[in-house]
This record gives sequence, C-alpha cells and structure tokens, in this order.
Amino acid sequence: MKKNLTIKAFIVVMLTGSLVSCTKKLDLLPTNDITSATVYASAEGYKQAFAKVYGAFALTGNQGPAGNGDVQGIDEGTSDFLRLYWKAQELSTDEAVIAWGDVGIQDFHNMNWSAANPFLKGLYYRSLYQVTLANEFIRQSADDQLSSRGISGADADKIRQFRAEARFLRAFQYWVLLDMYGNVPLVTETDLIGVTVPKQADRKTIFAYVESELKAIEPALAAPKSNEYGRADKAASWALLARLYLNAEVYTGTKKYAEAIDYAGRVIGAGYSLINNYQYIMLADNQANTSENILTINYDGLRTQSYGGTTFLTHAPVGGSESASNFGISGGWGGARTTKNLPNLFPDYTGTADKRSQFYTTGQNLEIKDQSVFTDGFAVTKYRNVTRTGAAGQSLDFSDVDFPLFRLSEMYLIYAEATLRGGTGGVTATAVNYINLIRNRAYGNASGNVATISLDFILDERARELYWEGFRRTDLIRYGKFTTSTYLWPFKGGVTGGRSVEDFRNIYPIPTDDITANPTLVQNPGY
Amino acid sequence: MRNNYLKKYLLFFALLFISQAIFAQTRSITGKVVDENNQSLPGATVLISGTNTASAADVNGIYRITGLRAGTYTLTASFIGYTSQPKTVTIEADNATVNFNLQPSSKSLSEIVVIGYGTVKKKDLTGSVTTVSSKDFQTGNITSPEQLIAGKVAGVSITSNGGAPGAGSTIRVRGGASLNASNDPLIVIDGVQLSNDGIAGAPSALSLINPNDIETFSVLKDASATAIYGSRASNGVIIITTKKGTVGKAQVNFNTQVSISKLSKEVPVLTGDQLRAYVKANGSAAFQALLGDANTDWQKEIYQTAISNDNNLSVAGGFKNLPYRVSVGYLDQKGILRTGYLNRASASINVTPKFLDNHIKLDINVKGSASKARFANQGAIGAAVSFDPTKPVQSGNDKYGGFYEYLDSDPSSATGLKQLAPRNPIGLLEQRYDKSDVKRSIGNAQLDYKFHFLPDLHANVNFGYDASEGKGTIVIPSTAAASFNRFKDASNVLHGGVNNQYRTTILNTTFEAYLNYAKDLKSIDSRIDVVAGYAYYDYATKNYGFPDITSDGTTVSTPTFPFDKPENTLLSYYGRLNYTYANKYLLTGTIRRDGSSRFSPLNRYAVFPSGAFAWKIKEESFLRDNKVLSDLKLRVGYGLTGQQDGLSNYAYTPYYSLSSQTASYQLGDTFYQLYRPVAYDPKRKWEQSATTNVGVDYGFLNGRISGSIDAYYKETKDLLGEVTVAAGSGFSNKFVTNVGNMVNKGIEFAITAQVVRSKDVNWDVAFNATYNTNKVTKLTFVDDPNATGSAVGGVSGGTGTTIQRNYVGQPRAAFYVYQQVYGADGKPIDNVYVDRNGDGTINDKDLYLYKQPDPKYIFGFSSNVTYKNFNLAVVMRANTGNYAYNNVFSSTGTRNSILNPLGYLNNGSANVLESGLIGANDKNVLSDYYVQNASFLKMDNASLGYNFGKVLRSSASLSISANVQNVFTITNYQGVDPEVGGGIDNNIYPRPRTFVFGLNLKF
Repeated sequence: MKKNLTIKAFIVVMLTGSLVSCTKKLDLLPTNDITSATVYASAEGYKQAFAKVYGAFALTGNQGPAGNGDVQGIDEGTSDFLRLYWKAQELSTDEAVIAWGDVGIQDFHNMNWSAANPFLKGLYYRSLYQVTLANEFIRQSADDQLSSRGISGADADKIRQFRAEARFLRAFQYWVLLDMYGNVPLVTETDLIGVTVPKQADRKTIFAYVESELKAIEPALAAPKSNEYGRADKAASWALLARLYLNAEVYTGTKKYAEAIDYAGRVIGAGYSLINNYQYIMLADNQANTSENILTINYDGLRTQSYGGTTFLTHAPVGGSESASNFGISGGWGGARTTKNLPNLFPDYTGTADKRSQFYTTGQNLEIKDQSVFTDGFAVTKYRNVTRTGAAGQSLDFSDVDFPLFRLSEMYLIYAEATLRGGTGGVTATAVNYINLIRNRAYGNASGNVATISLDFILDERARELYWEGFRRTDLIRYGKFTTSTYLWPFKGGVTGGRSVEDFRNIYPIPTDDITANPTLVQNPGY
Repeated sequence: MRNNYLKKYLLFFALLFISQAIFAQTRSITGKVVDENNQSLPGATVLISGTNTASAADVNGIYRITGLRAGTYTLTASFIGYTSQPKTVTIEADNATVNFNLQPSSKSLSEIVVIGYGTVKKKDLTGSVTTVSSKDFQTGNITSPEQLIAGKVAGVSITSNGGAPGAGSTIRVRGGASLNASNDPLIVIDGVQLSNDGIAGAPSALSLINPNDIETFSVLKDASATAIYGSRASNGVIIITTKKGTVGKAQVNFNTQVSISKLSKEVPVLTGDQLRAYVKANGSAAFQALLGDANTDWQKEIYQTAISNDNNLSVAGGFKNLPYRVSVGYLDQKGILRTGYLNRASASINVTPKFLDNHIKLDINVKGSASKARFANQGAIGAAVSFDPTKPVQSGNDKYGGFYEYLDSDPSSATGLKQLAPRNPIGLLEQRYDKSDVKRSIGNAQLDYKFHFLPDLHANVNFGYDASEGKGTIVIPSTAAASFNRFKDASNVLHGGVNNQYRTTILNTTFEAYLNYAKDLKSIDSRIDVVAGYAYYDYATKNYGFPDITSDGTTVSTPTFPFDKPENTLLSYYGRLNYTYANKYLLTGTIRRDGSSRFSPLNRYAVFPSGAFAWKIKEESFLRDNKVLSDLKLRVGYGLTGQQDGLSNYAYTPYYSLSSQTASYQLGDTFYQLYRPVAYDPKRKWEQSATTNVGVDYGFLNGRISGSIDAYYKETKDLLGEVTVAAGSGFSNKFVTNVGNMVNKGIEFAITAQVVRSKDVNWDVAFNATYNTNKVTKLTFVDDPNATGSAVGGVSGGTGTTIQRNYVGQPRAAFYVYQQVYGADGKPIDNVYVDRNGDGTINDKDLYLYKQPDPKYIFGFSSNVTYKNFNLAVVMRANTGNYAYNNVFSSTGTRNSILNPLGYLNNGSANVLESGLIGANDKNVLSDYYVQNASFLKMDNASLGYNFGKVLRSSASLSISANVQNVFTITNYQGVDPEVGGGIDNNIYPRPRTFVFGLNLKF
C-alpha cells in the first residue's frame, strides 16, 4: 500500500512536476556577446566600438591573428585592408611581382583580372565593411542617441569628435573605392542595416561625396598633430583632399590642381618635417616618426596580430639567401620582388648615393624570367620589423611596423606635381625646394638636389620616394601609363617584354558577388 | 481501494501459505524450443499466460518452469523474428514436457518497429522505415555504432571519416537536404535526441556508445515517418534501441576480440632514388645540392601494425521478475598512425520493472563511458607524403629532439628552421602529446501508465539526459621543431613548446510526455491509435577558455573570456493519428509544432504536418489466397519537415562581440579590445523540406523473398544558404539566411532472400540499390543568369582556393574547374587550358562545372551462408557516379611543389612522373585533370564463424569467428581510397585493413 502510494506519487511527479521545466522560454542570450544598448551605455564602450572602426584597417577579424574574420569568402590572412590594397596598387605595376600561385594573384601583374578575382572582391568588401562599421558608429553617436543614453558634457564632446573621425574613415574608404572601382554603392548612416538595397553612384557623385564629407567634418576634427596617435586630425583630412584633387581629372574629368596645391600646402604648413633618415620610415619603432607621418595604421606584434598589413610587407619580400633575422622575423614567405624598372630609377642598387635604393641583390636576378621564381627580380628591403638600433620587433611572426597612410613627402610631391600641371597658387621655386627637401634626406646631403623639375621627373621621384607604399597604380593612371604602350615593364599584360592592355582596366571591376547580391549595380565597362 | 488491497495482500499470504503447504507436490514444465531447422533457440521466452511466470531457454534451447500446481496452463513461446506459439498443457501427477518448434514470422511482418513516440507492427507501417537488428549488423572491430549498418539500408550512406581510432562517420539519409546547415540525420538513443555537436576530446559523438549494447536501428526516411520529429527531421531520423533485460534465468554473454590493423595502401610517392633522379633532371644546381643520400620511406615510418582488444560482458535476466541487463565493455584500440590510441570503458544498465498489474511499465536505461585517448598528429600524414625521402629520420645531433629538420641557411635565425618547410613526420608524431579524457553518460527513465479506468489509454513520460565532460591537454616539448622558440617575451627571451588544456562540458536534457489511445472499433471494423504529446529539449554546452602556454610556463595569450556557454532550446507539440480500416487501409496523419530559441519570436514556431496512406493489397480477397505472393502493400506519403541544426544560436538579433587581446587596436598609448557588431538576420527561419514518397512492400513464398521499392521527391525550400549580402547593407558580406531551394529525388530498392533453406545449409542474401540525385534550384534572392554560384570546398594549394560551387541547376558542390588541354602523348600540358568562352584569355570566365562528389548510385550487398556449424558472411558496398578531387596529386605532384621556390625539396605524388606538370601558375590547382572518377566496389567485411555448440559439460556455448574488414576495393580512382566525404581527397587518415579474431561464450 505504501508502495502503491509511492508509485502514484511518482506518476504525479513525472507527469506534472516536469511541466516546470517547460516554462523556460525560448529567449536565450549569449554568454559573452552584449547588446548595442550595453556597448553604448558608456563613453568607454563608445571608444571600444570606435576603435573597431579604426581597427578594421589593421586587423582581419576579432581573433588575432586569425580565426574570426570580418570579411568572408576570402582566406582570412589575406583579407585585411593593407595587404589587399597593396596588391591592387603595386602588383599591377612595374614596382612588384609575386611568386605565389594563389588563385587570382597573378592576374594583377598579367593584367587579366576579371570580376571574380578573389583579391579584388576582398578589397571591395573590406572597404565597404569599414564603411558599414563607420555608418553604424555614426548612427549610434548621433546627438539624440547620446542624450537618450544620458551622455553629456566632456564625454559627449569626445564622442562627437569620434563621430567626425568615423566620417573621415568612411570618406577615406570611399576614396579607395572611387579610385579602384569608380562607380560603387553609396551607403551612409541613413541606410539602415538589412533594410535598404545600396544604390550605385557614379564616380563623380562619389568624388563629390568624399569632398563634401571631408569639408563638412573639418571643424570637428582635432587640430593637426594634436590628436592621439593613430587618430585622424585636420591634417589627415587635408592630405586626403590633396590626394583627391590631384587625381580629380582622372576621377571626374575636371582639373582641381589649385585645390590640390591649397590642401597640400595646408598640411605642409601645419608643422610637419621629414625625419632625417629615409631608411627609418618603415621600421618596427616608426611610431617615433610623428614629425613626418600624418596618419598611420597601427600594428603591434603582440596585440594587433594578423597575417596582412606590415606583417605581410615584412615577410613576403624575404626569401632566397636573405637573412630573416635582418628583418626581425623568423622566416620569409618568398613572394614579392620588383621588376628592373624600379631599381633602374636609382643611381645604384645599393643605396650608396640615394639611400632610398633598398634592394637585396645577392643571388637575385635583375631580369625576371619566371614570375614564380623568387630569385628573379630584386627583393625590396624597405619594410623591416627591426628598430633603428637593429633589434627585432616584439614578435618574430607579427610586425610592429606602423603603416603611414599619409606622410609629408607625398604632400611635397603633390604640391610640386599640381604646380607643374598648372594649378594656380603653386610656386615652382617652392616646388623645387620641396623636392630637394626629399632628395636631401635621400642623399644625406645636397648632392642629389635638382634645379629644375618636370612632370616625368615627378613620376619617377614619386616611385623613388613612395615605392611599395600603395601609390603606383594611381600614379601611372594619372600619367596615362598604366594600360598604354607608352610605358612597359616586364610581364606587363603577361608577356615577357610587356604590352599594352585595354583601357577599361584603369578601373577594376565591381566583384561578381555584389552584382549578384545587388542587382541594381551596373558593371564597369569592359568587364 | 484500501479494502481492495487488503484483500489482495490476504490473498497473497494465503497463496504463499498454500504453496508452502503443497511444496512437495509442485510440478514443473520443461521442454525445448527450436527453430524451423530444429536448431535450439537460446533466449526464447516461455510464458504462462495470465501470469508473470516465465522462463528463458538456455543455450540448448531448454526451458524449465517449476513450482506449478496441477492444472491447465497456456504456455506461449516467443522469440524475436518468430511467430509466437501458444500451447496448452494440463499437468496432473507428473511433470510435463512441452516442446516448441517456432516458425520465422513471415518475413518478420509482425516484427515491432520503433517509430517516433511509439511502435508499430511492420505490416502496419505507412512510411518508409528500415529496421536493422543485431543479427544483421556488420561484424568485426566496430568501434562506432553507425558502422554496424553500413551498406545495410537502401538510401543510407555511411562514410567513415578515416581510419583513426573511434573515428565517426558521415551519415546521409537520401543524400541530406541542406547546403549550409546540417545534413546529419537526427539520432535518438532510447528516447534521447542527441545533439550533432561534437564533444571535445572525443573522436566523434557516437564513439562513446558501445556498439555491443545496441539491439536495433530504425531508419526513418520519408517525411510521413519523420515528420513527428518535425524540425529536426529533414535529414532522416535514426532511432537506436539498446538491448533490454529479459525474464528468466540470467544469461551471461562474453565476447572478446583481438584485431590486427594494417595500412592497406601507401600513397604512391617518389622514392629517395626517384627524387634524386627527378631533381637532377629538373632542378637547378642549388636544388641538387639539397639532396641527401638516404632512402627513407616516411609512410612506413609513421604507420604501424596496430593490435587492439575489445571485451564485452553482459548479464541479462530477471531478478524477482525485474528484467534487467547489465553490460560492461573495455576497448583498447591502437591506431595505425603511430602514437594514437583510444581506451574506452563502458557500462550500461537497463531495468524494466512493471507495477500495478502491469499498468505501469518503467524502462530505465543508464549508459556510461569513460575514454582516454591520445590523438596522433594527423599532420604527419601529409608530411610523410611531402617530406624529402633523401633525408634520414634522425639528424645525428640533439637539436629538435634528434629529428632531422630543414634548417635555415641563416645562422642567426631565431628557430634555425626553414620557415614554411614541412616538419619531420616522426617528430610531429612523437613530439605531440594530445591526450583527452572524456566521460559521458546517457540515460533515460520512461514511464508508461495504462489507465486503470481506461486501459486503452496510456500516458508515457520520458526524462532523458546526455551529459559529458571532455577535457584534455596538448603538450609539445620545447625541443620540438613544430613550436621551437615560438614566442618571444618582453625581455626578448625565446620560449618554445606547448602546454595547453581544453575542457568542455555538455548537458542536454530531454523531456517528453504523450498520451496514447488505441482502440479496436469492431463495430466499424476499424482501429484507431492516437498520440498527442509535448516535448522539451535543451542543449547546453560550456566551453572553457585556457591560456596558451609554452613548455616553461610562459603565457603567450590569455582567453578573452573564462568560458562561453552556447545553448539552444526546442519546444514541441506533436500528435499522430493512425487509422486502420478492415485491416487493409491504413491512414496516418502527424503534426508537429516546433519552437526554437534560434529564431526571432516572429519566426520561432513552425508547423510540420504529414499524411500517409497504405493499402495492404495482399489482404484483398483477390490476393488473400495467393500462395506465391505473401505480402503486397502500397504506401503513399507526403510531409513537411524542418531543419535548424548547424545554425548559430543567437544570430537573429544584433549583438556586439569583444575581440581577443591579440586583436586589439592602438589609439594613443592604449590598446583597445574592439566591439564588433555581429552580422545578424532577423528574418531567419526554418528550412522546410516537402517529401513525397511512394513505396511498395512485397513478399513472396511466405516471405522467403521480400523487400521494398520506394521512390521519393524531396524539395527543400528556404534553404539556409550562405548568401552574399549587398555590400554595405550588413555587418558581414556573407551570412546564412533562407534563400535557396534544392530538389532531391531518388529510387530505393531493397530485397532479401532466403536462397537456401535446408537442414545443413542456409543461405540468406540481401541487396539494396539507391539512385539519388540532387539539384540546387535557387541560390539567390534575385535570379541572375550570370551568377556563378557560391564557392565551397576549400583545397590545399594557395590561400583560400575553392574547387566546388553550389550552382543553380547543378548538383550540390559540383566541381568548378579549368578544362585541361592534353598533348599528343596524352599528358596534360602545363598551364594550357581550353578557352571555353573564346575571349582569347584564360581567366575565371573559362571555369566550368564538371562532375559532382555525390554518388548517383549506391549499392549494398550482404550474404550469409550457414553450413552446419560454420557461418560465412560478407558485406559489400559500391558507389558509382561519384567523383573526387585528388588534392594529393594537385598539391604535391608538381615540379613547383617538389622544387619548392622557398628553397627546399619536397617529396610528392609519383603522379608527377606521369603528368610532368610544373604547376607554377595559379590555375593548375583548378584543373579538371585532378577530378577523378571515384566509383568503387568495396568488400567491407568477410567473416567466418564456427559454433561449437555446447561446451563445458553443456553449461555453455562457444563460438569463434575470424573476420577481415576492408577486404578489397575495386576502383579506377588514382588516389589511395576513393571513398572521400565531400569529394576532396587530401591526406585523410587511411582506413586500415583489419583482421579480427573473436570468441563468444554464453552461459
């Protein structure tokens, strides 16, 4: 009988007691991820979300060095901004070739890329990813959002400055997209996530947008050289405007050389000066180069790890008989070299006269017979993960070298070129003086100084000063030499001696993936 | 009631008293139970009707029931797969002898088949369900349960994921229904729905279940059978029932096996001499200078002959009418890849008590296992293919543990090692201690209550859990090349080695309750069987974070969070109606409403209905007396099922996730960990598959020949596909959302035949054939004729290289390749491909779709011959129409790989001698030259057994067996093994050939 009761009690428990467990709802929350309300509840949270907008330049994802990428559909190690940008700007020109066989990588130098090229896709999505992050931050940091979250006073002022910088970063990426792809979807903070289908804007519209944004944010940005390291100030905004205006004729058909001179001049007048040794510009401790660098992407061997960025630039050019330890790394990746055109711009290959001539020649052939053979073509030793004293960076696998997005030399060169191209306000003597400031540093004395300058000289001087910093394709296009037969380099267009290619290749194609995803997009001509 | 029970107790004591009093006069009934061939049937049960008194036949088929008073008894002998036989006997003064001669049930038509939330007689099935019971399992050294039914079920392909100890399998029922979500079927063990997520430290989730404890597999294939499982049923359902206790005398079963596993085939690579010749012919002086003198066969060095033991002991019987089964097992399995092993101790207990005159039945199962494993570093498999055979294993000095390694020419290099070169395969194996310790327990308590006032109504409640803890350590000594001087600390001191931990705990809970009402309505010649229930499933995992530490205890990185606890919950309501009219027409309707925590409240619930009709044509008057045709049934079913496995738990709503410390960004002097907005899709919802199934069950000659034919058409819509998002409109350029459609269709045919039945010789064969094709019918929101599909199938060679596409109008994961051009000598011409679009340039627009990895036809064949005490069984499988990408050829069989541009030598596939490819370009890896026909015929298993019958003075029976697994493979495929999950063959752990000797003792 007792047993009977026990059994009955057991049935009751089993049938009904368990219903308690059913009351648990289906609303489950992640353990570690947090909602936007929590992120943006404090000024510190704003800073961490803001830092992501910058961090999207340097990192490939949320897990260093890899494992949780931002951009999908491309190998994460190759999906950061600089590595992709560098490939698109340099591998397609006389300044660089690469030995590897990754699908699509040889398309750059062979100049036969298509809309499905994985690296062009990666760059496009990386740029627009940073735009999307910036848009989100701009939305979240609007004044009404701040007041609704009870953020006011100095905190609110700081966040307003963050907001202006987010708009700068967005403008920068739109400049990249404008330069590379021309006619791209224009999304701003008013386009809500997952709601609107981005609309394509033509190159002129994007140009006008970048220009207007940079001008609009100027008052809200910090004075030159007054912001935290790694953050944009007025000078960065001016420098981008100067670059934009220098290429305005390519982008819009309208010359804006006077404006280029104006904005380059504003940066030059803001108190910057060249550091004294050119060979220090791309070293592990180049964070010290604040007199020359206007805005940098910051890398750190321990805390900002990825397989792209300057880790790529310090590893990929090391191979053959080069000593990895000279580069502060545990071993090279045996990939990138240059064609003979670049070393031939210098008086010698060893940097004896012009210190900017940084090549490794031992066991390397000047002539390239086979792009896939590392020893064909001189290696470039500009990027090294060692300090000025030669000590290795913090990590042998990830670079400490910061990458200057803008540095003073470029402003001198823009001033000079825009002046030669007839921009009003430019003074030729000043231009020559600026060029000689660059050359004086390069030679260590006045022996390399010039008395006159020409446009062709400026192009060569840009190569000598700015090679492997991501300018070459844009420069060659501005000079009409990128696709044409007026200027050839080994394996240009995939043939040994080089050849011209179709002019439509002055703009990269919109990636097939986005054409599929966004049927309102129209492909660039020729692709 | 109280009164009533008092009476019962009184009666009980009275009976007790009487039985004591007449003890001297009790009688017994004894006898022998034999089968249709007069072979004894150990384990057959003889029950006195209307009582709990029963006896199980011993090894000689003898049963004995004692303590009976004189009187008339009805005895019923029963055994699984045989028709129960009642006999009436009257005992007076003497003991009685009653023998039974059981006949196999007509192709087991009365066999009970486990379906979702209940059972049904096989003859009353309306859906497509295949049951495989223990007598038909694959034999030999089976360490993961699903391998028991490989090749046994039409429409089910089971591909082992390599030959590592305890390696799991990829199970596909009718090819699976998804592209980006899971294609794994739902597996239910004794009412516990398993999660398909793996357990840390376990080679596979199912490997922790002892195959010896399994009684039957029920494979539910069509939607009318699976829809009762609703949202988790699109890929089929496999219900595993473990062995239960029986009434009667305890039966002890002891099984022991020893197995010897050997590598069946090496990857053909160049020998030391061949490599020397190749480099001298093709390499520069610098490369020639790298050659050594040795002739090392690296594959021979990394593999071993592995000897394993598996011992199992079970006791089943009744303890005071409480049926129980207890088993213990111990598996000691060594891998053929040196250093790897798996030790698994397992135990299971089952009790099935009944109370209150059988009104309450309890079924309690607890299974536990504890395994200790060391995982051999599978990186050694690829390294053994590509490591230079002209180099010795040992360097002759102490550096790097004494192993020969490729050294950097730069003496000041931090590691001294050649960067990016492969590491010594033996070093990789012997210098990595990856050990795990996993405990798991699965259990359930199921209560079935037959209502006192309404015996046709049952309430059934089931509590289940699946709890596990997996933890382990990865230790690599500081001398190992793999992690030599891998970390430089703030004082510029280098530290090497690894000393890391991992740990995961899982607690999955199940609660199910249903009411079942079954009633024969004789007045209208009908029967109804109704089920209505509720279920709750919770899957909670806790992953602990640990720092990355070097051998000397230096911390390289610390985890962002101490732990993460992903969890998801399902709530379900379900119902089923079975209606039978005139025992000829069967109707089944099911409905299930599921809610998942993985979707936003707007899309959280979905309803999955199904309906089926079956017509037992054989029961019609025009066939009833047909002697040739013994069974004929037509089945038609349609149903909707869903799918949400394989989705992230929270991605329907916006969140921010914090970056790791190593992904911080510097602003000013501070490094900030970053808040990244996570891509989300608020509109995400269930994948839905609509399946139509038409089937015929047939039987001839009283079931000597029987089988079924099924045809199905499965259309999955709202496929969770990884789509490219319009740039700028989301926080990721790709995410998983409901976008695609896919069609699966196929025909399945199964036949079993008792070819020979005689006194000494019996021969059974079973054959099944499946034709299955799938086609992606939609992949993007907007149809785009120029779309090139979504890239899948990453391969080795270059960064981010993919070889397959999901492409509208094509089978899933079709290969997307360049068309190789061949010379007059039949050899591929390096870097020359067909300009398929004729635009004068070879670029990705010339890629084309070529073949697919899924087989078009799958065949399974089993044969079992018994001659007197001998038994010979074979199992064969074949796949045809499947292609594989030979990644071993493409990534190692080129000159550019052997003469590595980074300045070292690799070995490579011997195919390089045949193809002569250089492979320095970026297209070679995408050549269709590497897509090869991987059709095959395999003999999985051949076994020979001998049954000694009675031994040890008739107290026990003994049988022994010898078994070969992976006997042979017939294929034109040029790699080592054509059976490649997913179609990319890149150095999988080779499946060994295994010789097994077993002994079985029952007493």
